[in-house]
Amino acid sequence: MLEVKNVDAGYGSTVILQDISLHVEPGEVVTIVGANGAGKTTLLRTISGLVKPRTGAITFEGKDITKLEAHDTVDRGITLIPEGRQLFPDMTVRDNLLMGAYCRHARDYQDDTLHEVLELFPRLRERLDQHASSLSGGEQQMVAIARGMMARPKILMFDEPSLGLAPIIVSQVFEVIAQVAATGTTVLIVEQNVFHTLKAADRGYVLENGRMVLSDDADALLQNDHVRQAYLGI
Amino acid sequence: MDTFLQIVANGLMLGGLFAIVAVGLTLIFGIVKVINFAHGEFLMVGMYLTFLLSTGMDVHPYLTAAAVAPALFVLGALTQRLLIQPLMSARDEHVQIFATVGLSTALMNLALLVFGADIANTPAHGVRSQVMLGEVRILTGQLWVFGAAILLVIGLQLFMKKTRTGRAIRATAQNRAAARLMGINDKFIYILTFGLGAACVGLGSSLIAPLYPTSPTIGTYFVLIAFVCVVLGGLGSIPGAFFGALVIGLVDALSGFYIGSDLREAVVFTIFLLILILKPSGLFGTRMNLSHVSP
Repeated sequence: MLEVKNVDAGYGSTVILQDISLHVEPGEVVTIVGANGAGKTTLLRTISGLVKPRTGAITFEGKDITKLEAHDTVDRGITLIPEGRQLFPDMTVRDNLLMGAYCRHARDYQDDTLHEVLELFPRLRERLDQHASSLSGGEQQMVAIARGMMARPKILMFDEPSLGLAPIIVSQVFEVIAQVAATGTTVLIVEQNVFHTLKAADRGYVLENGRMVLSDDADALLQNDHVRQAYLGI
Repeated sequence: MDTFLQIVANGLMLGGLFAIVAVGLTLIFGIVKVINFAHGEFLMVGMYLTFLLSTGMDVHPYLTAAAVAPALFVLGALTQRLLIQPLMSARDEHVQIFATVGLSTALMNLALLVFGADIANTPAHGVRSQVMLGEVRILTGQLWVFGAAILLVIGLQLFMKKTRTGRAIRATAQNRAAARLMGINDKFIYILTFGLGAACVGLGSSLIAPLYPTSPTIGTYFVLIAFVCVVLGGLGSIPGAFFGALVIGLVDALSGFYIGSDLREAVVFTIFLLILILKPSGLFGTRMNLSHVSP
């Protein structure tokens, strides 16, 4: 479904990603784990078109999307829920969610999708007319996820969904991600919270200093010595 | 008392006129984050277009707005696409400001070349006749300008709050990267917004032309006052620009009568400096930086 082949990418003269390859199949939950600064966020930004690869190719459903702008990849069905929520602070929760359904294929269904999404996040129903900036961090993360779902994506990418949240909220976020995956949406998660993420995923990649060093089934990675030592502290 | 009421009425009418210039300026600043120093010259171009169309085709100047506003939309959109957008990657917003200053000078001199330094009088078609509201005398044209300014502000607010495109414009202003992730083409939004801001002043120019003689430098006076209104109302706030304009109109009229007509601008710009020092966010401005959410 999504295939990244031998991609190099970075900002200005700084190279962040080197020779990255990965693939995600329909219905899978795939995770990319790695330490802070490994290049995880840059990888998701490159897939979504916010950063352009220098070499290599990205294809989605068999079509080349390497040079597409961010707003075009959304129209193809690729949605990124960015790190740190990135809500529209002075817009209401409702307007934030409606912005999620801005892309062409989601517009016509926006009322139905809003209804479905609010079933999944009942607490947001009470918050619809509040400004996004007035919500707690956990609620903001829920809005960010709900906004991503409003685009009716084929693949939903999460960038550090647990960042800055209390442990109990982190568990809720991963429950929600499991529910999203259960609806058949393909999921790609980037996380520092390695244990939680590998538990939730089918397969995983380990990114270190801009290079893929490991790739295996999530269960196998949980048993992997290197992963256990470097990321799980076992 | 009658004199006082008359002066207040004059001030409010003047405020309506400032408002119709200031609204487009604050729209462009609030969304594209560019201070458009060529805004006054957009007004000047619109007034010349109104003059040419209304004299050439012998129609009421107000009717020419149907052509002048779209023409100014194109001028604004082209300014964003050809002048500002290539400079956006420069990462230094001052470059964009200097570019609009350059455009301002270029348009002014172009007008001087084409029309000469003589003033052009747009036919009034009755809008300079007076009506009595109680004891107060007002030009019908001033009432039209005032009404149009109110409708423009309400219309823009509804557009920004209630339409998909309006929401996309606000979203782009609040968080550009996130807007792109929603599928919003940010470059297109900027072109559209610059065009809309210019179209607002285009509408204004067709209403102002029959009241004021048109000259290549007419924009300079209006745009300086419009800046004051925009800052007073809070940079980027559309209702703020409107109420700021009313306040400045009143100050202009009252100080002109009670302090001395030579000192009107001194009073207005003293207020401008005081706002910048004491309350830089203006009357309606919430905060200067809208680009983040607290984690």
